[in-house]
Amino acid sequence: MSLKLGVPSKGRLMEKTFDWFAKRGLTLARTGSEREYAGAIEGVAGMELVLLSAGEIPRELAAGRIHLGVTGTDLVQEKLPLWEQQLEEMQPLGFGHADLILAVPQCWIDVETLDDLDAVAASFRKAHGHRLRIATKYHRLVREFLTEAGVADYQLVDSQGATEGTVKNETAEMVADITSTGETLRANHLKLLSDGLVLQSQATLWRSRVASYSEAEREALKALSALIHGET
Amino acid sequence: MSERSQTLARAARLRMNFEAAGAQVVEPPLLQPAGTLLDLYGEDIRARAYVTSDAVRGEQMLRPDFTLPVVQMHMRDGAEPARYTYSGEVFRRQEHDPDRSNEYLQVGYEIFERDDPAGADAEVFALIALQLRGLPLRAATGDIGILMAAVEGLNTTEMRKAALMRHIWRPRRFRSLLDRYAGRSPVPDSRLKLLSSEGPLTGSATVLGKRSEAEVAERVALLREDAAAPPIAENELLALEALMAVRETVPFAVEQMRDIAVDLPAISPALDRLDKRVAALKARGIDIDTLDFEASYGRTSMEYYDGFVFGFYAGSRPDLPPIASGGRYDALTRQLGQEGEIPAVGGVLRPDLMLMLEEGQS
Repeated sequence: MSLKLGVPSKGRLMEKTFDWFAKRGLTLARTGSEREYAGAIEGVAGMELVLLSAGEIPRELAAGRIHLGVTGTDLVQEKLPLWEQQLEEMQPLGFGHADLILAVPQCWIDVETLDDLDAVAASFRKAHGHRLRIATKYHRLVREFLTEAGVADYQLVDSQGATEGTVKNETAEMVADITSTGETLRANHLKLLSDGLVLQSQATLWRSRVASYSEAEREALKALSALIHGET
Repeated sequence: MSERSQTLARAARLRMNFEAAGAQVVEPPLLQPAGTLLDLYGEDIRARAYVTSDAVRGEQMLRPDFTLPVVQMHMRDGAEPARYTYSGEVFRRQEHDPDRSNEYLQVGYEIFERDDPAGADAEVFALIALQLRGLPLRAATGDIGILMAAVEGLNTTEMRKAALMRHIWRPRRFRSLLDRYAGRSPVPDSRLKLLSSEGPLTGSATVLGKRSEAEVAERVALLREDAAAPPIAENELLALEALMAVRETVPFAVEQMRDIAVDLPAISPALDRLDKRVAALKARGIDIDTLDFEASYGRTSMEYYDGFVFGFYAGSRPDLPPIASGGRYDALTRQLGQEGEIPAVGGVLRPDLMLMLEEGQS
């Protein structure tokens, strides 16, 4: 068996991952047609490339079906409550930066902090008969962050895309979403809470602590580590 | 006998004991409508309970405890006074602690009665202590009602008291509110700016979302009002802090709290209720002199207890959850019972943990 490396199967994340490894002497490539998710690795013997959706990589690592994988910190922490026990962070890759933040309408001039948010959530519930809605796809991370901060009387509503638009459409009062520059937020008349940074994420190379490693796979891992750490 | 059938047999025996004490057996459904639980606990319950759903009924939860369905059942068609007992599985997610069971048996005893709260508190505690006799357990007790009375009695605005009351069960936020109302934490610049600016409030910001301009303006007015209110007095603050730190055997705890009541006279009626409970416990043979009392006990548990609270812990196994726990939840019946309300107190046992400790002993 070979050492399996899971990499996002399309888009900029895939390209940047390929570039990152290429700089360190490891050539990753998609093989076959554009639609076929097969890949090849050159540079370290005994490795195999597995192309996957970035969102599935945490689960595959936690199940031990792949040994290594590239995906964002946000996805790992959202999907794996015990990620520290299941995964080892081998190397942050320096791209794919994104912050998971809490944002409210700019017209809420009375809300700057979590403390304000909590107070507003209480009065909003009293006035409207339902809890203040936060649109997000990062349910666990946001919930744990708000529990820790002692914010109550909110509810999470699921939004898998165009999250910033939910406030205008009145399907949510505020959002918890990934942003890199904040431009989309501003364009949608939203602003950050000053202490509402839930998580800073970037693309990271993870190693599964759960997977089993044969002698040959261990050797391949050693060779790969040498490549990575020799360069950086 | 297998482990599970032993646990079931023990649960059946416990429930029989509770029946013999006068309780009626009830069997609430496993699936509970998620809405009620979410309204009560907020999103936090999702971290503890399993959610499932179908297209017609929407979200349902595997019951995380019995109290809620028992209260609902009683409010719907219960006679007064009433005593109930039940035995069955509850389900809790343990995503951060996979060594803990996510499915286990609970056996419980609940009293709905208006006349004698001290007697009912003591009855539940003593009956549960009786089931646990012989096991090496430490009992912890507390009384959320004393803390609530202290907050209610502070010489400050109603708004501040309501905010503190809402967070009694979230000690960290309670702490930060208290620091702010006492003038201990600095006011953020953004707040100072907001309070000082005159004229149109929303300025150039586009108004969007369901929270209206009027609601924003109303809160700004409240914040200005609050900024003008004097801080909570030092002696009250120190007394409240001393109260939250009380941790002693019952007789000493009572003595300390009577001293604190000099600065917080509002807690005196709650202390009188504690005295009555202590007398009722004594009458039922509980050794009051060695019983622990912690004024802050129960503040981090599920937030419906608002009076007497208790738990039994295995001293040799600090990793285990409480073997039994319970308390008074008068406000819950008000929240759930559309019109009516009735004082209520109850507790649950974990037969699986009892068996485990017994095996450890032999």
